[in-house]
Amino acid sequence: MGMTLAEKILAAHSGKKEVSPGDLINVQVDLVMANDITAPIAIEQFRKLGVKDVFDKERVVFVPSHFAPAKDIASAEQCRVMRNFARETGIVYYEQGQGGIEHILLPWKGHVVPGDVYCGADSHTPTCGALGAFATGMGSTDIAVAMATGETWMKVPETLRFIYHGRMGKWTRSKDLILHTIGHIGTDGATYMAMQFEGEALKEMSMDARFTITNMTAEAGGKTGLMLVDEVTLEYVRPRAKRPWTVYEPDPDAAYAATYEFDASQIEPTVALPFSPGNTKTIAEVANDDIQIDQVFIGSCTNARMEDLREAAEIMRGRKVAPWVRCIVIPATQDIFLEALKEGLIEVFTEAGCQVSAATCGPCLGGYYGVLAEGEKCVSTSNRNFPGRMGHPKGEVFLVNPPLAAAAAVAGRIVHPEEVVGKVGVK
Amino acid sequence: MRGKAHRFGAHIDTDQIVPAKYLVTTDPQELGKHCMENNDPEFAQRVQPGDVIVADVNFGCGSSREHAPISIRGCGVSCVIAKSFARIFFRNAINQGLPVLECPEAVDAIEAGDELEVDLSNGTIRDLTTEQVFKAKPYEPFLLELLEAGGIIEYTKRRLAGAER
Repeated sequence: MGMTLAEKILAAHSGKKEVSPGDLINVQVDLVMANDITAPIAIEQFRKLGVKDVFDKERVVFVPSHFAPAKDIASAEQCRVMRNFARETGIVYYEQGQGGIEHILLPWKGHVVPGDVYCGADSHTPTCGALGAFATGMGSTDIAVAMATGETWMKVPETLRFIYHGRMGKWTRSKDLILHTIGHIGTDGATYMAMQFEGEALKEMSMDARFTITNMTAEAGGKTGLMLVDEVTLEYVRPRAKRPWTVYEPDPDAAYAATYEFDASQIEPTVALPFSPGNTKTIAEVANDDIQIDQVFIGSCTNARMEDLREAAEIMRGRKVAPWVRCIVIPATQDIFLEALKEGLIEVFTEAGCQVSAATCGPCLGGYYGVLAEGEKCVSTSNRNFPGRMGHPKGEVFLVNPPLAAAAAVAGRIVHPEEVVGKVGVK
Repeated sequence: MRGKAHRFGAHIDTDQIVPAKYLVTTDPQELGKHCMENNDPEFAQRVQPGDVIVADVNFGCGSSREHAPISIRGCGVSCVIAKSFARIFFRNAINQGLPVLECPEAVDAIEAGDELEVDLSNGTIRDLTTEQVFKAKPYEPFLLELLEAGGIIEYTKRRLAGAER
Protein backbone atom coordinates (compact mmCIF):
# COMPACT_ATOMS: atom_id res chain seq x y z
CA MET A 1 0.00 0.00 0.00
CA GLY A 2 1.11 3.56 -0.68
CA MET A 3 2.41 5.93 1.98
CA THR A 4 1.44 9.44 3.00
CA LEU A 5 4.03 12.24 3.04
CA ALA A 6 4.64 11.72 6.78
CA GLU A 7 5.05 7.96 6.33
CA LYS A 8 7.49 8.46 3.43
CA ILE A 9 9.73 10.72 5.50
CA LEU A 10 9.60 8.48 8.57
CA ALA A 11 10.36 5.35 6.54
CA ALA A 12 13.42 7.02 5.03
CA HIS A 13 14.61 8.06 8.50
CA SER A 14 14.16 4.67 10.12
CA GLY A 15 15.91 2.58 7.49
CA LYS A 16 12.70 0.92 6.40
CA LYS A 17 11.13 0.44 2.98
CA GLU A 18 7.69 0.98 4.39
CA VAL A 19 6.05 2.08 7.63
CA SER A 20 2.40 1.99 8.63
CA PRO A 21 0.42 3.89 11.27
CA GLY A 22 0.99 2.37 14.69
CA ASP A 23 4.49 1.07 13.94
CA LEU A 24 6.94 1.91 16.70
CA ILE A 25 10.14 3.10 15.08
CA ASN A 26 13.52 4.52 15.98
CA VAL A 27 13.96 7.65 13.89
CA GLN A 28 17.16 9.43 12.84
CA VAL A 29 16.65 13.16 13.36
CA ASP A 30 18.16 15.86 11.17
CA LEU A 31 17.77 18.74 13.59
CA VAL A 32 17.10 19.24 17.31
CA MET A 33 16.04 22.52 18.93
CA ALA A 34 15.32 23.94 22.38
CA ASN A 35 14.52 27.42 23.70
CA ASP A 36 15.16 29.23 26.98
CA ILE A 37 12.17 27.60 28.72
CA THR A 38 12.79 24.04 27.59
CA ALA A 39 16.60 23.95 27.30
CA PRO A 40 17.36 24.08 31.05
CA ILE A 41 15.49 20.81 31.72
CA ALA A 42 16.92 19.28 28.54
CA ILE A 43 20.44 20.16 29.73
CA GLU A 44 19.78 18.63 33.18
CA GLN A 45 18.60 15.42 31.54
CA PHE A 46 21.42 15.45 28.96
CA ARG A 47 23.98 15.56 31.77
CA LYS A 48 22.38 12.50 33.40
CA LEU A 49 23.09 10.54 30.22
CA GLY A 50 26.78 10.85 30.98
CA VAL A 51 27.79 11.93 27.49
CA LYS A 52 29.92 14.99 26.81
CA ASP A 53 29.07 15.90 23.25
CA VAL A 54 25.88 16.23 21.28
CA PHE A 55 25.47 13.91 18.29
CA ASP A 56 26.26 16.68 15.79
CA LYS A 57 27.08 20.27 16.74
CA GLU A 58 25.68 21.68 13.50
CA ARG A 59 22.35 19.97 14.09
CA VAL A 60 21.52 21.09 17.59
CA VAL A 61 20.24 24.65 17.85
CA PHE A 62 19.42 26.69 20.96
CA VAL A 63 17.40 29.88 20.67
CA PRO A 64 16.56 32.17 23.59
CA SER A 65 13.17 33.57 22.60
CA HIS A 66 10.47 33.19 25.22
CA PHE A 67 11.62 35.25 28.20
CA ALA A 68 14.52 36.80 26.31
CA PRO A 69 15.81 39.47 26.64
CA ALA A 70 15.49 38.30 30.23
CA LYS A 71 12.36 39.56 31.97
CA ASP A 72 13.71 38.96 35.47
CA ILE A 73 16.67 37.44 37.30
CA ALA A 74 15.31 33.90 37.18
CA SER A 75 14.90 34.09 33.38
CA ALA A 76 18.37 35.57 33.09
CA GLU A 77 19.70 32.52 34.96
CA GLN A 78 17.88 30.17 32.60
CA CYS A 79 19.27 32.02 29.59
CA ARG A 80 22.73 31.78 31.11
CA VAL A 81 22.40 28.03 31.61
CA MET A 82 21.60 27.54 27.93
CA ARG A 83 24.22 30.01 26.73
CA ASN A 84 26.94 28.31 28.81
CA PHE A 85 25.96 24.90 27.54
CA ALA A 86 26.00 26.16 23.96
CA ARG A 87 29.48 27.64 24.34
CA GLU A 88 30.77 24.54 26.06
CA THR A 89 29.46 22.10 23.46
CA GLY A 90 29.83 24.32 20.38
CA ILE A 91 26.26 23.85 19.17
CA VAL A 92 24.46 26.46 17.08
CA TYR A 93 23.22 29.33 19.24
CA TYR A 94 21.42 32.55 18.30
CA GLU A 95 21.93 35.34 20.82
CA GLN A 96 19.30 38.02 21.30
CA GLY A 97 19.69 40.64 18.61
CA GLN A 98 20.98 37.98 16.23
CA GLY A 99 18.10 35.54 16.22
CA GLY A 100 14.45 35.74 17.13
CA ILE A 101 11.52 33.35 17.44
CA GLU A 102 12.85 29.88 16.62
CA HIS A 103 10.02 28.69 14.37
CA ILE A 104 10.52 31.60 12.00
CA LEU A 105 14.28 31.90 12.48
CA LEU A 106 15.31 28.30 11.75
CA PRO A 107 13.70 27.91 8.30
CA TRP A 108 14.76 31.47 7.42
CA LYS A 109 18.38 30.61 8.22
CA GLY A 110 18.17 27.35 6.29
CA HIS A 111 18.52 24.95 9.23
CA VAL A 112 15.41 23.03 8.20
CA VAL A 113 15.06 21.67 4.66
CA PRO A 114 12.50 19.53 2.81
CA GLY A 115 12.50 15.89 3.83
CA ASP A 116 13.93 16.52 7.31
CA VAL A 117 12.81 14.98 10.55
CA TYR A 118 13.06 17.86 13.00
CA CYS A 119 12.36 17.61 16.74
CA GLY A 120 11.98 20.74 18.80
CA ALA A 121 11.30 21.28 22.48
CA ASP A 122 8.40 23.57 21.69
CA SER A 123 4.88 22.66 20.65
CA HIS A 124 4.96 24.96 17.61
CA THR A 125 7.83 23.06 16.01
CA PRO A 126 5.46 21.69 13.30
CA THR A 127 5.63 25.17 11.70
CA CYS A 128 8.55 23.94 9.57
CA GLY A 129 6.40 21.16 8.11
CA ALA A 130 5.33 23.70 5.49
CA LEU A 131 8.71 22.95 3.89
CA GLY A 132 7.76 19.31 3.33
CA ALA A 133 9.51 18.18 6.51
CA PHE A 134 8.34 16.07 9.46
CA ALA A 135 8.64 18.59 12.28
CA THR A 136 7.30 17.70 15.70
CA GLY A 137 7.21 19.13 19.21
CA MET A 138 8.48 17.18 22.20
CA GLY A 139 9.31 17.76 25.84
CA SER A 140 12.76 18.48 27.21
CA THR A 141 13.69 14.92 28.22
CA ASP A 142 12.96 13.53 24.76
CA ILE A 143 14.99 16.39 23.31
CA ALA A 144 17.89 15.57 25.63
CA VAL A 145 17.93 12.03 24.28
CA ALA A 146 17.79 13.31 20.68
CA MET A 147 20.63 15.76 21.40
CA ALA A 148 22.81 12.91 22.64
CA THR A 149 21.92 10.19 20.16
CA GLY A 150 20.50 11.91 17.07
CA GLU A 151 17.58 9.55 17.40
CA THR A 152 14.12 9.43 18.92
CA TRP A 153 11.36 6.85 19.24
CA MET A 154 8.10 7.52 17.52
CA LYS A 155 4.85 5.82 16.76
CA VAL A 156 4.01 6.32 13.09
CA PRO A 157 0.94 8.55 13.13
CA GLU A 158 -2.13 8.19 11.00
CA THR A 159 -2.49 11.02 8.50
CA LEU A 160 -5.46 13.33 8.10
CA ARG A 161 -5.67 15.02 4.71
CA PHE A 162 -6.94 18.59 4.37
CA ILE A 163 -7.67 19.93 0.89
CA TYR A 164 -8.50 23.60 0.35
CA HIS A 165 -10.14 24.16 -3.03
CA GLY A 166 -10.71 27.51 -4.66
CA ARG A 167 -9.30 30.92 -3.89
CA MET A 168 -9.54 32.86 -0.67
CA GLY A 169 -11.66 36.00 -0.53
CA LYS A 170 -10.27 39.52 -0.13
CA TRP A 171 -9.78 39.48 3.65
CA THR A 172 -9.33 35.77 4.22
CA ARG A 173 -5.79 34.65 5.04
CA SER A 174 -4.02 31.37 5.74
CA LYS A 175 -4.72 32.04 9.45
CA ASP A 176 -8.44 31.85 8.71
CA LEU A 177 -8.10 28.51 6.91
CA ILE A 178 -6.41 26.95 9.92
CA LEU A 179 -8.70 28.60 12.51
CA HIS A 180 -11.71 27.44 10.51
CA THR A 181 -10.24 23.94 10.31
CA ILE A 182 -9.60 23.76 14.07
CA GLY A 183 -13.12 25.05 14.71
CA HIS A 184 -14.37 22.26 12.46
CA ILE A 185 -12.36 19.28 13.78
CA GLY A 186 -11.87 20.48 17.37
CA THR A 187 -8.75 21.09 19.44
CA ASP A 188 -8.24 17.33 19.78
CA GLY A 189 -9.38 16.58 16.23
CA ALA A 190 -5.90 15.58 15.11
CA THR A 191 -4.41 14.23 18.35
CA TYR A 192 -1.50 11.89 17.63
CA MET A 193 -1.99 12.41 13.89
CA ALA A 194 -0.14 14.03 11.02
CA MET A 195 -2.06 16.75 9.17
CA GLN A 196 -1.27 16.90 5.46
CA PHE A 197 -2.37 20.19 3.89
CA GLU A 198 -2.97 20.53 0.14
CA GLY A 199 -5.08 22.24 -2.48
CA GLU A 200 -5.34 25.10 -4.91
CA ALA A 201 -5.62 27.74 -2.20
CA LEU A 202 -2.24 26.67 -0.78
CA LYS A 203 -0.49 26.64 -4.14
CA GLU A 204 -1.06 30.36 -4.44
CA MET A 205 0.30 31.13 -1.00
CA SER A 206 3.76 32.44 -0.12
CA MET A 207 5.88 30.47 2.34
CA ASP A 208 5.12 33.17 4.91
CA ALA A 209 1.43 32.34 4.67
CA ARG A 210 1.96 28.58 4.57
CA PHE A 211 3.97 28.53 7.81
CA THR A 212 0.95 29.98 9.64
CA ILE A 213 -1.09 26.89 8.80
CA THR A 214 1.42 24.26 9.90
CA ASN A 215 2.23 26.40 12.97
CA MET A 216 -1.27 25.86 14.34
CA THR A 217 -1.21 22.08 13.84
CA ALA A 218 -0.44 22.10 17.55
CA GLU A 219 -3.81 23.69 18.35
CA ALA A 220 -5.60 20.74 16.73
CA GLY A 221 -3.52 18.29 18.77
CA GLY A 222 -1.54 17.19 15.70
CA LYS A 223 1.84 15.53 15.93
CA THR A 224 2.99 17.31 12.80
CA GLY A 225 1.61 19.27 9.87
CA LEU A 226 3.05 18.88 6.41
CA MET A 227 2.75 20.44 2.98
CA LEU A 228 3.87 19.20 -0.41
CA VAL A 229 7.00 20.76 -1.88
CA ASP A 230 6.48 22.93 -4.96
CA GLU A 231 8.34 25.74 -6.74
CA VAL A 232 7.35 28.24 -4.01
CA THR A 233 8.98 25.97 -1.41
CA LEU A 234 12.13 25.51 -3.46
CA GLU A 235 12.50 29.23 -4.16
CA TYR A 236 12.46 29.77 -0.40
CA VAL A 237 14.83 26.89 0.34
CA ARG A 238 17.47 27.32 -2.42
CA PRO A 239 19.19 30.48 -1.20
CA ARG A 240 19.00 29.43 2.46
CA ALA A 241 19.60 25.70 2.80
CA LYS A 242 22.56 24.70 4.92
CA ARG A 243 22.28 21.09 3.75
CA PRO A 244 21.09 19.17 0.67
CA TRP A 245 17.39 18.31 0.77
CA THR A 246 15.11 15.53 -0.41
CA VAL A 247 11.65 16.04 -1.81
CA TYR A 248 9.19 13.35 -0.78
CA GLU A 249 5.72 12.99 -2.21
CA PRO A 250 2.75 11.04 -0.94
CA ASP A 251 1.80 8.00 -3.01
CA PRO A 252 -1.45 8.30 -4.97
CA ASP A 253 -2.80 5.23 -3.17
CA ALA A 254 -1.76 6.37 0.32
CA ALA A 255 -4.26 5.61 3.08
CA TYR A 256 -5.63 8.53 5.10
CA ALA A 257 -7.53 8.27 8.36
CA ALA A 258 -9.90 10.89 6.93
CA THR A 259 -9.97 13.55 4.23
CA TYR A 260 -11.49 16.97 4.83
CA GLU A 261 -12.23 19.19 1.86
CA PHE A 262 -12.96 22.89 2.16
CA ASP A 263 -13.91 25.57 -0.35
CA ALA A 264 -11.48 28.35 0.55
CA SER A 265 -13.66 30.93 -1.17
CA GLN A 266 -16.36 30.20 1.40
CA ILE A 267 -14.12 30.58 4.46
CA GLU A 268 -14.67 33.98 6.03
CA PRO A 269 -12.13 35.89 8.11
CA THR A 270 -12.37 33.99 11.38
CA VAL A 271 -12.04 34.86 15.06
CA ALA A 272 -11.23 32.30 17.77
CA LEU A 273 -12.96 33.55 20.91
CA PRO A 274 -11.84 32.92 24.49
CA PHE A 275 -10.89 30.39 25.74
CA SER A 276 -10.07 27.98 22.95
CA PRO A 277 -8.55 28.16 19.46
CA GLY A 278 -11.43 25.93 18.40
CA ASN A 279 -14.07 28.40 19.58
CA THR A 280 -14.41 30.04 16.16
CA LYS A 281 -16.89 32.44 14.61
CA THR A 282 -16.79 34.54 11.44
CA ILE A 283 -15.77 38.18 11.71
CA ALA A 284 -19.29 39.20 10.61
CA GLU A 285 -20.78 37.40 13.63
CA VAL A 286 -18.21 38.76 16.08
CA ALA A 287 -18.29 42.34 14.75
CA ASN A 288 -22.02 42.40 15.55
CA ASP A 289 -21.19 42.03 19.23
CA ASP A 290 -19.31 45.35 19.27
CA ILE A 291 -16.46 44.05 21.46
CA GLN A 292 -14.33 46.90 22.85
CA ILE A 293 -10.68 45.99 23.27
CA ASP A 294 -7.71 47.05 25.40
CA GLN A 295 -4.77 45.61 23.50
CA VAL A 296 -3.71 44.34 20.10
CA PHE A 297 -0.71 42.08 19.62
CA ILE A 298 0.77 41.63 16.16
CA GLY A 299 3.52 39.07 16.57
CA SER A 300 4.39 35.46 17.59
CA CYS A 301 5.55 32.43 15.60
CA THR A 302 2.14 32.34 13.94
CA ASN A 303 1.95 35.75 12.25
CA ALA A 304 5.05 37.96 12.50
CA ARG A 305 6.68 37.42 9.11
CA MET A 306 7.17 40.08 6.42
CA GLU A 307 3.86 39.41 4.69
CA ASP A 308 2.00 39.70 8.00
CA LEU A 309 3.73 42.97 8.85
CA ARG A 310 3.12 44.40 5.36
CA GLU A 311 -0.58 43.64 5.58
CA ALA A 312 -0.95 45.08 9.05
CA ALA A 313 1.02 48.18 8.03
CA GLU A 314 -1.16 48.65 4.96
CA ILE A 315 -4.17 49.10 7.26
CA MET A 316 -2.24 51.32 9.68
CA ARG A 317 -0.74 53.59 7.05
CA GLY A 318 -1.99 57.13 7.59
CA ARG A 319 -4.26 56.03 10.43
CA LYS A 320 -3.93 56.05 14.21
CA VAL A 321 -4.34 53.38 16.83
CA ALA A 322 -7.44 54.12 18.92
CA PRO A 323 -6.38 56.29 21.89
CA TRP A 324 -7.47 53.75 24.52
CA VAL A 325 -5.78 50.82 22.84
CA ARG A 326 -2.16 49.69 23.13
CA CYS A 327 -0.97 48.01 19.97
CA ILE A 328 2.22 45.97 20.34
CA VAL A 329 4.06 44.92 17.19
CA ILE A 330 6.92 42.40 17.41
CA PRO A 331 8.61 41.30 14.17
CA ALA A 332 9.61 37.67 14.65
CA THR A 333 13.35 37.87 14.01
CA GLN A 334 16.14 40.40 13.80
CA ASP A 335 16.34 39.90 10.00
CA ILE A 336 12.62 40.56 9.63
CA PHE A 337 12.89 43.61 11.86
CA LEU A 338 15.62 44.98 9.61
CA GLU A 339 13.67 44.25 6.46
CA ALA A 340 10.58 45.91 7.93
CA LEU A 341 12.73 48.89 8.87
CA LYS A 342 14.12 49.23 5.35
CA GLU A 343 10.65 48.94 3.85
CA GLY A 344 9.38 51.71 6.09
CA LEU A 345 6.95 49.46 7.96
CA ILE A 346 8.44 50.22 11.36
CA GLU A 347 7.87 53.90 10.61
CA VAL A 348 4.26 53.25 9.65
CA PHE A 349 3.62 51.34 12.87
CA THR A 350 5.41 53.90 15.00
CA GLU A 351 3.59 56.85 13.45
CA ALA A 352 0.29 55.06 13.93
CA GLY A 353 1.00 54.78 17.66
CA CYS A 354 2.05 51.15 17.89
CA GLN A 355 4.76 50.09 20.30
CA VAL A 356 7.32 48.15 18.27
CA SER A 357 9.79 45.80 19.90
CA ALA A 358 12.69 43.67 18.75
CA ALA A 359 12.04 39.93 18.53
CA THR A 360 10.66 37.94 21.47
CA CYS A 361 7.73 35.60 22.14
CA GLY A 362 6.98 37.95 25.06
CA PRO A 363 3.24 38.57 25.43
CA CYS A 364 2.02 35.53 23.46
CA LEU A 365 2.50 33.29 26.50
CA GLY A 366 1.98 36.01 29.09
CA GLY A 367 5.70 36.32 29.66
CA TYR A 368 6.17 40.07 29.52
CA TYR A 369 5.85 43.10 27.22
CA GLY A 370 2.06 43.16 27.10
CA VAL A 371 0.61 40.99 29.88
CA LEU A 372 -3.16 41.33 30.40
CA ALA A 373 -4.89 42.57 33.55
CA GLU A 374 -8.11 41.04 34.88
CA GLY A 375 -10.94 41.37 32.39
CA GLU A 376 -8.86 42.98 29.66
CA LYS A 377 -9.51 42.02 26.07
CA CYS A 378 -6.74 41.49 23.55
CA VAL A 379 -6.95 40.88 19.81
CA SER A 380 -3.92 38.85 18.82
CA THR A 381 -2.30 37.29 15.77
CA SER A 382 -0.84 34.55 17.99
CA ASN A 383 -2.03 30.98 18.42
CA ARG A 384 -3.55 30.37 21.85
CA ASN A 385 -6.26 31.93 23.98
CA PHE A 386 -6.50 29.53 26.91
CA PRO A 387 -7.39 30.93 30.37
CA GLY A 388 -4.39 32.93 31.59
CA ARG A 389 -2.44 32.47 28.38
CA MET A 390 -1.54 36.16 28.10
CA GLY A 391 -1.70 37.06 31.76
CA HIS A 392 -4.65 37.17 34.15
CA PRO A 393 -6.86 34.06 33.92
CA LYS A 394 -9.79 36.39 33.30
CA GLY A 395 -7.98 38.25 30.54
CA GLU A 396 -9.53 37.44 27.16
CA VAL A 397 -7.69 36.76 23.91
CA PHE A 398 -9.26 36.82 20.43
CA LEU A 399 -7.17 35.16 17.72
CA VAL A 400 -7.29 36.71 14.23
CA ASN A 401 -5.30 37.29 11.03
CA PRO A 402 -2.97 40.35 10.74
CA PRO A 403 -5.31 42.70 8.78
CA LEU A 404 -8.08 42.05 11.30
CA ALA A 405 -5.72 42.76 14.18
CA ALA A 406 -4.61 46.05 12.62
CA ALA A 407 -8.20 47.05 11.90
CA ALA A 408 -9.15 46.30 15.52
CA ALA A 409 -6.29 48.47 16.76
CA VAL A 410 -7.51 51.41 14.68
CA ALA A 411 -11.19 50.98 15.51
CA GLY A 412 -10.68 50.08 19.19
CA ARG A 413 -13.07 47.16 18.81
CA ILE A 414 -13.35 43.98 16.76
CA VAL A 415 -14.44 45.06 13.29
CA HIS A 416 -14.39 43.88 9.72
CA PRO A 417 -11.35 45.52 8.04
CA GLU A 418 -13.65 47.03 5.40
CA GLU A 419 -15.07 49.22 8.12
CA VAL A 420 -11.63 50.74 8.68
CA VAL A 421 -10.24 50.92 5.16
CA GLY A 422 -13.54 52.33 3.95
CA LYS A 423 -12.98 55.40 6.11
CA VAL A 424 -9.84 57.47 5.89
CA GLY A 425 -8.48 58.84 9.13
CA VAL A 426 -10.73 56.96 11.52
CA LYS A 427 -9.85 57.89 15.07
CA MET B 1 -1.14 4.53 45.69
CA ARG B 2 -4.14 5.97 47.42
CA GLY B 3 -5.79 9.36 47.60
CA LYS B 4 -8.83 11.54 46.97
CA ALA B 5 -10.14 12.37 43.50
CA HIS B 6 -10.03 15.94 42.20
CA ARG B 7 -12.24 16.47 39.15
CA PHE B 8 -11.38 18.58 36.12
CA GLY B 9 -13.10 19.08 32.78
CA ALA B 10 -12.06 18.58 29.16
CA HIS B 11 -9.11 20.14 27.32
CA ILE B 12 -7.16 21.18 30.43
CA ASP B 13 -4.20 22.91 28.76
CA THR B 14 -0.69 23.42 30.05
CA ASP B 15 -1.32 27.14 30.66
CA GLN B 16 -3.90 26.05 33.24
CA ILE B 17 -1.68 23.32 34.70
CA VAL B 18 1.27 25.66 35.22
CA PRO B 19 1.09 29.25 33.93
CA ALA B 20 4.04 30.34 31.77
CA LYS B 21 5.07 33.05 34.24
CA TYR B 22 6.33 30.34 36.60
CA LEU B 23 8.52 28.66 33.99
CA VAL B 24 11.60 30.36 35.37
CA THR B 25 12.49 27.38 37.54
CA THR B 26 12.65 23.62 37.19
CA ASP B 27 12.18 22.94 40.93
CA PRO B 28 9.26 20.49 41.48
CA GLN B 29 8.25 21.99 44.87
CA GLU B 30 8.22 25.52 43.50
CA LEU B 31 6.30 24.55 40.35
CA GLY B 32 3.96 22.45 42.51
CA LYS B 33 2.86 25.55 44.45
CA HIS B 34 1.18 26.84 41.28
CA CYS B 35 -0.30 23.60 39.99
CA MET B 36 -3.65 24.14 38.20
CA GLU B 37 -3.60 27.78 39.31
CA ASN B 38 -5.31 29.18 36.19
CA ASN B 39 -8.16 26.71 36.66
CA ASP B 40 -8.48 26.49 40.45
CA PRO B 41 -6.25 28.89 42.41
CA GLU B 42 -6.71 26.94 45.68
CA PHE B 43 -5.91 23.51 44.25
CA ALA B 44 -2.26 23.44 45.28
CA GLN B 45 -3.16 24.27 48.89
CA ARG B 46 -6.02 21.77 49.05
CA VAL B 47 -4.33 18.78 47.47
CA GLN B 48 -2.92 16.08 49.76
CA PRO B 49 0.00 13.76 48.98
CA GLY B 50 -1.29 10.79 47.00
CA ASP B 51 -4.39 12.53 45.63
CA VAL B 52 -5.46 11.86 42.06
CA ILE B 53 -6.44 14.21 39.24
CA VAL B 54 -9.43 12.90 37.27
CA ALA B 55 -10.10 14.74 34.01
CA ASP B 56 -12.04 14.47 30.78
CA VAL B 57 -10.57 14.35 27.24
CA ASN B 58 -7.33 15.88 25.91
CA PHE B 59 -5.67 16.53 29.27
CA GLY B 60 -2.40 18.45 28.93
CA CYS B 61 -2.99 20.01 25.53
CA GLY B 62 -1.04 23.10 24.53
CA SER B 63 2.64 23.71 25.04
CA SER B 64 5.49 21.22 25.30
CA ARG B 65 6.52 22.45 28.77
CA GLU B 66 7.73 19.50 30.81
CA HIS B 67 7.09 21.75 33.80
CA ALA B 68 3.43 20.60 33.60
CA PRO B 69 3.95 17.01 34.80
CA ILE B 70 6.76 18.23 37.11
CA SER B 71 4.30 20.65 38.74
CA ILE B 72 1.62 17.97 39.14
CA ARG B 73 4.12 15.62 40.74
CA GLY B 74 5.58 18.48 42.77
CA CYS B 75 2.27 19.28 44.49
CA GLY B 76 1.89 15.69 45.63
CA VAL B 77 -0.52 14.25 43.06
CA SER B 78 0.19 10.54 42.63
CA CYS B 79 -1.36 10.02 39.20
CA VAL B 80 -3.68 11.46 36.57
CA ILE B 81 -6.66 9.55 35.18
CA ALA B 82 -8.25 10.99 32.04
CA LYS B 83 -10.39 9.99 29.09
CA SER B 84 -7.47 10.92 26.83
CA PHE B 85 -4.17 12.80 26.95
CA ALA B 86 -2.52 15.27 24.59
CA ARG B 87 0.48 13.55 23.06
CA ILE B 88 3.42 15.72 24.19
CA PHE B 89 2.05 15.79 27.75
CA PHE B 90 1.73 12.00 27.72
CA ARG B 91 5.39 11.52 26.72
CA ASN B 92 6.52 14.17 29.21
CA ALA B 93 4.57 12.56 32.05
CA ILE B 94 6.13 9.15 31.35
CA ASN B 95 9.56 10.78 31.16
CA GLN B 96 9.02 12.56 34.47
CA GLY B 97 7.70 9.50 36.27
CA LEU B 98 4.14 10.79 36.64
CA PRO B 99 1.73 7.88 36.10
CA VAL B 100 -1.00 8.72 33.57
CA LEU B 101 -3.92 6.37 33.04
CA GLU B 102 -6.44 6.42 30.23
CA CYS B 103 -9.82 5.15 31.44
CA PRO B 104 -13.04 6.81 30.17
CA GLU B 105 -15.30 4.56 32.30
CA ALA B 106 -13.53 5.57 35.50
CA VAL B 107 -13.72 9.26 34.57
CA ASP B 108 -17.47 8.97 33.99
CA ALA B 109 -18.05 7.22 37.33
CA ILE B 110 -15.65 8.84 39.80
CA GLU B 111 -16.87 11.86 41.73
CA ALA B 112 -14.84 14.59 43.38
CA GLY B 113 -13.73 13.50 46.84
CA ASP B 114 -14.03 9.75 46.17
CA GLU B 115 -11.24 7.74 47.77
CA LEU B 116 -9.25 6.00 45.05
CA GLU B 117 -6.69 3.22 45.06
CA VAL B 118 -4.58 2.71 41.96
CA ASP B 119 -2.45 -0.34 41.23
CA LEU B 120 -0.06 0.59 38.47
CA SER B 121 1.23 -2.93 37.95
CA ASN B 122 -2.07 -3.99 36.41
CA GLY B 123 -3.81 -0.65 35.72
CA THR B 124 -6.58 -1.29 38.26
CA ILE B 125 -8.44 1.75 39.59
CA ARG B 126 -10.59 1.13 42.68
CA ASP B 127 -13.14 3.69 43.81
CA LEU B 128 -13.25 2.80 47.52
CA THR B 129 -16.14 5.21 48.13
CA THR B 130 -18.48 3.56 45.62
CA GLU B 131 -16.74 0.16 45.56
CA GLN B 132 -16.39 0.21 41.78
CA VAL B 133 -13.38 -1.22 39.95
CA PHE B 134 -12.02 -0.06 36.58
CA LYS B 135 -9.27 -1.18 34.29
CA ALA B 136 -7.13 1.44 32.55
CA LYS B 137 -5.93 1.05 28.97
CA PRO B 138 -2.64 -0.88 29.14
CA TYR B 139 0.60 0.83 28.10
CA GLU B 140 2.29 -0.11 24.83
CA PRO B 141 4.93 -2.84 25.35
CA PHE B 142 7.71 -0.38 24.46
CA LEU B 143 6.54 2.05 27.14
CA LEU B 144 6.59 -0.75 29.68
CA GLU B 145 10.14 -1.52 28.61
CA LEU B 146 11.05 2.15 29.15
CA LEU B 147 9.39 2.22 32.57
CA GLU B 148 11.03 -1.04 33.63
CA ALA B 149 14.41 0.43 32.68
CA GLY B 150 13.66 3.35 35.03
CA GLY B 151 12.66 5.87 32.36
CA ILE B 152 14.05 6.98 29.02
CA ILE B 153 17.23 8.46 30.49
CA GLU B 154 18.23 5.16 32.10
CA TYR B 155 17.09 3.26 29.01
CA THR B 156 19.23 5.50 26.76
CA LYS B 157 22.21 5.26 29.11
CA ARG B 158 22.08 1.49 28.78
CA ARG B 159 21.77 1.72 25.02
CA LEU B 160 24.74 4.08 24.81
CA ALA B 161 26.80 1.82 27.08
CA GLY B 162 25.87 -1.18 24.95
CA ALA B 163 26.91 0.62 21.79
CA GLU B 164 30.33 1.39 23.24
CA ARG B 165 31.05 -2.19 24.15
